[in-house]
Amino acid sequence: MAGWSTRRRFFEATAALSGFLAGCKRQTSADVEEGPRRIGKPLRAYGERSAFEKAARALPTTKILEVGSSYTPLAETPGIITPSALHYERLHSGVPTIDPAEHRLLIHGMVDRPLIFTMDDLRRLPSVSRICFIECAGNSHLGYGRRDSPTVQLSHGLASCSEWTGVRLGLLLSEAGVQKGAKWILAEGADACKMQRSIPIEKAMDDILVAYGQNGEALRPEQGYPLRLVIPGWEGNANVKWLRRLKAVDQPYMTRDETSKYTDSMPDGTAREFTFVMEAKSVVTFPSGGQKLPGPGFFEITGLAWSGRGRIERVEISTDGGVTWQDADLSEPRLPMAFTRFRLGWRWNGREVTVQSRAIDESGYVQPSHEELVAVRGPNYEYHNNGIRVWKINADGTVTDAAA
Amino acid sequence: MRLLSCAVALICATLAAQSPKYGVGRTPAGEEIRAMDLSILPDGTGLPEGRGTVAEGRDVYARRCARCHGANGEGGDEPKQAPLVGGRGSLKTPKPLKTIGSYWPYAPTIWDYVNRAMPLDRPGTLTHDQVYSLVAFLLRMNGIIGENDVLDAKTLPKIRMPNRDGFVPDARPDTGKQAKKPAVKTSGS
Repeated sequence: MAGWSTRRRFFEATAALSGFLAGCKRQTSADVEEGPRRIGKPLRAYGERSAFEKAARALPTTKILEVGSSYTPLAETPGIITPSALHYERLHSGVPTIDPAEHRLLIHGMVDRPLIFTMDDLRRLPSVSRICFIECAGNSHLGYGRRDSPTVQLSHGLASCSEWTGVRLGLLLSEAGVQKGAKWILAEGADACKMQRSIPIEKAMDDILVAYGQNGEALRPEQGYPLRLVIPGWEGNANVKWLRRLKAVDQPYMTRDETSKYTDSMPDGTAREFTFVMEAKSVVTFPSGGQKLPGPGFFEITGLAWSGRGRIERVEISTDGGVTWQDADLSEPRLPMAFTRFRLGWRWNGREVTVQSRAIDESGYVQPSHEELVAVRGPNYEYHNNGIRVWKINADGTVTDAAA
Repeated sequence: MRLLSCAVALICATLAAQSPKYGVGRTPAGEEIRAMDLSILPDGTGLPEGRGTVAEGRDVYARRCARCHGANGEGGDEPKQAPLVGGRGSLKTPKPLKTIGSYWPYAPTIWDYVNRAMPLDRPGTLTHDQVYSLVAFLLRMNGIIGENDVLDAKTLPKIRMPNRDGFVPDARPDTGKQAKKPAVKTSGS
């Protein structure tokens, strides 16, 4: 019960925070009477958002904030790029302070030439940029068994999307000369707990980035400054931050975070391991839980869709409890393993109604309903919840979790 | 002759594939690698010298771990820590309790994790002997080893964890038209 009430307080606090549609009146320039014009603010070296803007990550109410997650306010981030300052966080041992001049990346193990790179070394090498999402395997965990997350920030906010820049991991491994028989790459971070995950060599040689750039600047400290893995389409935990070491090996290390955590419990008592791919998922961000529609009339339903198996091909929306579905417009760019923005004009008649979205990716995979997932995986499957989320618009315009 | 030229071409191709293209970065000293390579394989490869007993572990646990994990590994509310003890036989039930004893498949992983990540406020400060002792105490609390068992680099990897065979490969996609057949459990608890 203590845990429940803690969560409840957390939700109430964040619901209040994100309730920007709930009638809070903002001062706008039109409110101020026209008078003598005053010169505005001066140039500044590093910009900040308007003081009127309040979108923020949701923090847990636990005392220790060096371990845990903060959630991206998805309902308040237009487009497909998550501002770096709002990218969700997942910390296992706090954010380390790392001087990039001192940071090193070691590549060793089953390689012909062990190598150490400085940050300057890495910046000399051919670089690539790509936009892709990172989603925590535990995203929507609050919704799986207990289904008690009233806002899209809490139900889906452990996913964010950035443009990442760095060197292909395959290039670095080729420089070191990976030996025949090496099947896995162990990646280790420089945070206090030295978080580590094993990654199959095929993916390592394919499209993984060793990234130092995010959205036009260096990585944020909480995103792994100065260096991290970005693994397109795979669960966030494997995207090791503060990357300091890569070891080529012939077997997975079976680390704590790939055995006791990030494994998926099935009803027969077994657990799936190395469940890396984040399957196709979508969620309506407007209208979504905690918001309030001012009254009947026109609104644009919008939201985000993404898939770890490639591009989003279609997003369908239902406003009649899943009886009929219509295609939403997909905004360009529509990139593989990236957030895709969908939009659909809609007229609310003022009566109680539900709204939900369903994503279909280029592999033909169709986002399942919550019930379909539970039927296969049982109620204790903690991670990889990509089930459809249904929001209920009540007659008074308030929006709530339809399953609550 | 043709055979020779084929052989030369093959050698050239092999060399080209194996030689660095950019030549950036430097060769680390063996000592540098050893200082950074803390990871322990599930078969115990990488475990350092040292030894630990249940009695010593009980003492270290009380001083360094009990504050968060509870006096007897029962877990705590703030900071919220899952229990370290119990849960055997619960994985098939509606309320599975995942602990070292009921869920973790390899004993060396416990050593590796305690060594690198615990205690939360000062990770990496336990001596190797203290880590062996803590692992011994935790395994004793879970009824996996005896009160007088001693753990070191040789004995720790020989411990068979109860859930050693409890893991199956990823069986997704598992819904819709693409759903694979459910993974079949081979053995284990």
